Amino acid sequence: MDFSVLTDQFASLTFDGIALGFIYVLIALGYTMVYGVLRLINFANSEVFMLGSFATILVATKLFNHTIESDPLTGFKLVYTMTAMLVGAMIVSGVASVVIEIVAYRRLRSRTSNRLTSLISAIGVSIVLAEAVRMATSSAPMGSPRLLDKTTLATVWGADIRVDTLLVIVFAIILLIVLDLFVNKSRLGMGIRAVSMDYDTSRLMGINLNKIISTTFLIGGLGTGAASFFYITVYEMTRFSIGFELGLAAFTAAVLGGIGNIRGAFAGGIALGLIEMYASAVLGTQWRSITAFVILILVLLFKPNGIFGESLQQARV
Amino acid sequence: MSFNLRDAGATLWANSNKWQRYLIAGVIIVGAFALPLLEGTFLNTPRTPFVSVLFYPIGVYVLMALGLNVVVGKSGLLDLGYVAFYAVGAYTAGILSMHTKLNTWEILPVGIALAMLSGFVLGAAVLRLRGDYLAIVTLGFGEIIRITALNSSAVGGANGISNIPNPPTTFGFAFDLESDRNYYWVVLILIIITILIIRGLSARRPGRAWESIRQDEDVAELMGVNTYKYKLWAFVFGASVGGAAGVLFASKAMFIAPNIFNYNISILILAFVVFGGMGNIWGVVFGAVLLSYIPERIRFISEARMLIFGLVLIIMMNLRPDGLLPRKKREKIGIAGGEIK
Repeated sequence: MDFSVLTDQFASLTFDGIALGFIYVLIALGYTMVYGVLRLINFANSEVFMLGSFATILVATKLFNHTIESDPLTGFKLVYTMTAMLVGAMIVSGVASVVIEIVAYRRLRSRTSNRLTSLISAIGVSIVLAEAVRMATSSAPMGSPRLLDKTTLATVWGADIRVDTLLVIVFAIILLIVLDLFVNKSRLGMGIRAVSMDYDTSRLMGINLNKIISTTFLIGGLGTGAASFFYITVYEMTRFSIGFELGLAAFTAAVLGGIGNIRGAFAGGIALGLIEMYASAVLGTQWRSITAFVILILVLLFKPNGIFGESLQQARV
Repeated sequence: MSFNLRDAGATLWANSNKWQRYLIAGVIIVGAFALPLLEGTFLNTPRTPFVSVLFYPIGVYVLMALGLNVVVGKSGLLDLGYVAFYAVGAYTAGILSMHTKLNTWEILPVGIALAMLSGFVLGAAVLRLRGDYLAIVTLGFGEIIRITALNSSAVGGANGISNIPNPPTTFGFAFDLESDRNYYWVVLILIIITILIIRGLSARRPGRAWESIRQDEDVAELMGVNTYKYKLWAFVFGASVGGAAGVLFASKAMFIAPNIFNYNISILILAFVVFGGMGNIWGVVFGAVLLSYIPERIRFISEARMLIFGLVLIIMMNLRPDGLLPRKKREKIGIAGGEIK
């Protein structure tokens, strides 16, 4: 226990925590939106993140032939390459998410209402994807070339405001605003809200359920893909087990904010990012990975509806 | 109706009188004890001695699958952190043999008791949650146990505990590096005891309560079943079996480390239960034997083990959610009726 670290580096921990939090928020979308619509934990979303992170690196190394030793880019070339990486990650994750829905959930949804069945099938998909990548990469981590020079823009209260973390925060905010507008203003978004409010009634009202569900998975996947790009930009490394490590933390974020609730995911993600950073500063980084689990258990025990809580009682019915 | 091995077996059993039943049970038990004789036949495993494979993975995994079956198959509670109880059992064996002079048979009850205690504590806290939350919290619990062991120097950290003593020679049966057969017989005895207990419980009040909870928890609650109590029962019973498996494993392997007890083991055991037939003892035994034996027998499968188990989960859930040997038809009609919306 070393609390002096916390006070000494409070500002920089907070800044890093917020950046990590935004990554969690984007992954949490994949859990929270699907849960809202289907009342099902989308276990495979962690693997969607893992695939996105590999896609990000592969776009840079295979499409643009950068290597780990490549020099950082500047100007137009930088914007162009980074955009390609972001789009590549989002496409791969979005497509993966939709395909997973069709392969693992759709058949079961029409055949049975047994939740255990869909849940086990989802776990199966997650295992298959992680193992396939483990075998393809021989369990080796994959590093990303540093294309964005991580210069420090300013120092605020002793915290270095770096380009990459700032980029994460700014772009995540933009994406979340777009998403919020989409869900609250567009026709498809209204469909999503209707289905999450009442599945059976919205079917009776003539809503094309499969289309709405696919859209939900697509949006969740796109968000998760963007998160994987941001993660790679900041941490520059991925491996087959990254989904297990980050995905479950993101799920915790969704539960913390109140699952099924997009603004809740936002609050939960930021809160979890900050808590993890503070906790690992005080307890040591080796305990960081269980911080999320401990928080998850505490939240479910004492405030199962989360901060912004959509009622679990409601979710049960 | 296609031929159903489960029903054929059940019919045979139902139509037998008392002595015929003893005979059937006797043949199965003697057959199981005689399995080490098959060493050297085409069943032989290429890399590890056949009899040692009978103990681990097969015997230990069958035992754990039986324990998890009570939780997942009978009561419908998805536990993704079952490995935690296995770890508690194994670490009990490791720590007690480090600090005391107790032998394996004296440690076994302690390991079972501690596993039950951890099952009780976890269950008491989380069993008020519904299905999918339970799954993720148990998963988290498994990871918490593993990472705590990894970061605690008192239990060896990442290096784990080595030099755990083998069990002492008992009734003339030696337990050393050459006596794989005796280890197998011990785990077989535990498996038989577990099966007898599960059969006993299934026919009585706890079994009926578990069945009703699995089919519809709300209705069970309305009918006056104390669902929380019986869910906790199922959890604690499952934990005790996992703990026993852990103690046995540690005393045979003589070495344990945190990373042996990872999430994959929980998934493995779940795949056995799902593959064989959730809720049906013989289905689970069959599933666990088949799925833990094949990767040992066929070399190239062993690398892709987890991939195949993941596929097993998806394929079984989509095509045959009741498993290869499904539970009795009578019950299935009940489920189908409950599912019509």
